[in-house]
Amino acid sequence: MSSPSPQAAPGVKPKREMWSTRKVFILAAIGSAVGLGNIWRFPYVAYENGGGAFIIPYLVALLTAGIPLLFLDYAVGHRHRGSAPLAYRRLARGAEGLGWWQVAICFVICVYYAVIIAWAAMYMIFSVTEAWGDDPAGFFMGSFLQVSEDVNIGFDFVPMVLIPLIVVWAVVLLVLAAGVQKGIGRANIIFLPLLLVMFLILVVQSLFLPGAADGLNALFTPDWGALTNTTVWAAAYGQIFFSLSVAFGIMVTYASYLKHKTDLTGSGFVVGFANSGFEILAGIGVFAAVGFMAFSAGAEVGDVAAGGIGLAFIAFPTIISEAPLGGLLGVLFFGSLVFAGFTSLISIIEVIIAAVQDKLGMGRVKTTWCVGIPLALISILLFPTTTGLNLLDVTDAFVNNFGIMACALVTVLLVTYGFRKLPLLGGHVSEVSSIKLGLWWRVMVGIVSPTVLGYILISEVIKRIQEGYGDPAMPDWFVGVFGWGMAGALIVVSFLLSLIPWGRNSAANDPELDSPTLQEAQR
Amino acid sequence: MSTAAIVMLIIAIITVWGGLALALVNLNRHPEDDGAMPAEHAPEL
Repeated sequence: MSSPSPQAAPGVKPKREMWSTRKVFILAAIGSAVGLGNIWRFPYVAYENGGGAFIIPYLVALLTAGIPLLFLDYAVGHRHRGSAPLAYRRLARGAEGLGWWQVAICFVICVYYAVIIAWAAMYMIFSVTEAWGDDPAGFFMGSFLQVSEDVNIGFDFVPMVLIPLIVVWAVVLLVLAAGVQKGIGRANIIFLPLLLVMFLILVVQSLFLPGAADGLNALFTPDWGALTNTTVWAAAYGQIFFSLSVAFGIMVTYASYLKHKTDLTGSGFVVGFANSGFEILAGIGVFAAVGFMAFSAGAEVGDVAAGGIGLAFIAFPTIISEAPLGGLLGVLFFGSLVFAGFTSLISIIEVIIAAVQDKLGMGRVKTTWCVGIPLALISILLFPTTTGLNLLDVTDAFVNNFGIMACALVTVLLVTYGFRKLPLLGGHVSEVSSIKLGLWWRVMVGIVSPTVLGYILISEVIKRIQEGYGDPAMPDWFVGVFGWGMAGALIVVSFLLSLIPWGRNSAANDPELDSPTLQEAQR
Repeated sequence: MSTAAIVMLIIAIITVWGGLALALVNLNRHPEDDGAMPAEHAPEL
């Protein structure tokens, strides 16, 4: 809770924090969904999986799984007005652990996600001087990260990462301490339009580079044969799923700050399509630039195309060095990564803060520091080191594929078949929304989503067991502890947290914070 | 760019950004219930 509002009578606890308008909620939800993955993951996934033909499985995935799961999160958070653990606890006896699982996932993600924002912030500065010289790959792994050959946990700190990381944590915690509306809302109102303007300028600049048309040609030329390939469909569902920030507590938490009568489905369609709209824009901007890179090197687009860290910190510096006004291109690209990442990081940490706040009944500012400082210390201790990159790599892969994916699968199965709450949740959303959730939504959430999620999860488990992780493969003990072990520990920890009773001061025992449905409220 | 690539570029833009435009139109047709505004909100919003 924030500090008591002036309207609150002495001794009366303030009501739950709220967004001032649904516009702020929509901006915050888009800010959360639009993250690093939109910029560095989507373009390459689309290129690898059918190019122009990918738009078909991508749209099908958006409409049959992405948006329906987004509505599920909204329904749980809005109907039960609580952080993930509290909302699931109110949804059904025994469901609280699902909420803690989501909180635990956010804990792991935020500690490494902040590091990538710190890298991008440094690369904004490096872009001006082209600090990488003529060897971007060597600079990134050597001079900048000083990556150790030893795959281990070490405490050999790299000041060029450590210092910006401390700044990232300080800024993000100050925003969160300011509260839902005045902190998170305002940050998104500023950063999201800024991101859009910067990225639009980047796209225009990229489109005027020589070779841009070849890049777009490579991205959009359809390979219709790809549509018969199940891995292409799995890639489309995976992209939509990871991109929309569904099923790990963020949208549950954000929806809990909405007032009772809010058009949830109307807002959700805007969020879903805005997120995909940004991905298409990123595809155009990134592949226009990659086309230029191929043109400059006299190579094929396919030879230089990359995704993820390779695209951002190795391919883009190469493009920046070669392009006219390269410094501007660099500042725009890395600035976009910083802003897109920052609004997502805020939402990830808010899941944890909201959960602790509800559980302990503490104020917003106190909770932010009690939660934020330990998180920042763990992040600062483990990642800005010469061994941080391998740890980041393995935790990112496993928390996504075996944390979020497994948690989403278990959640939809339990909510649909265990607790049988889909009709109740769909009814609540329909009551307050412009587009009603009928049988189609229950089929998408209860049948289509678990089928696809189950297929992707099982394929990934088999692949990891057969192939190990990393290229070259990382040591088994390292993957076992920080990959499999971490993913398993999330489940154990969430189960243990769900056993801790809710105290007298917790939000669970505060009638002001309980949420009847709108219909119940009007009775 | 090949004709097929240009067509798919246009289709991608129309479906996704068109979908966003439709979603915004739908949202504007269902204005917010101002009666339920929270008591305390940032004055500039």
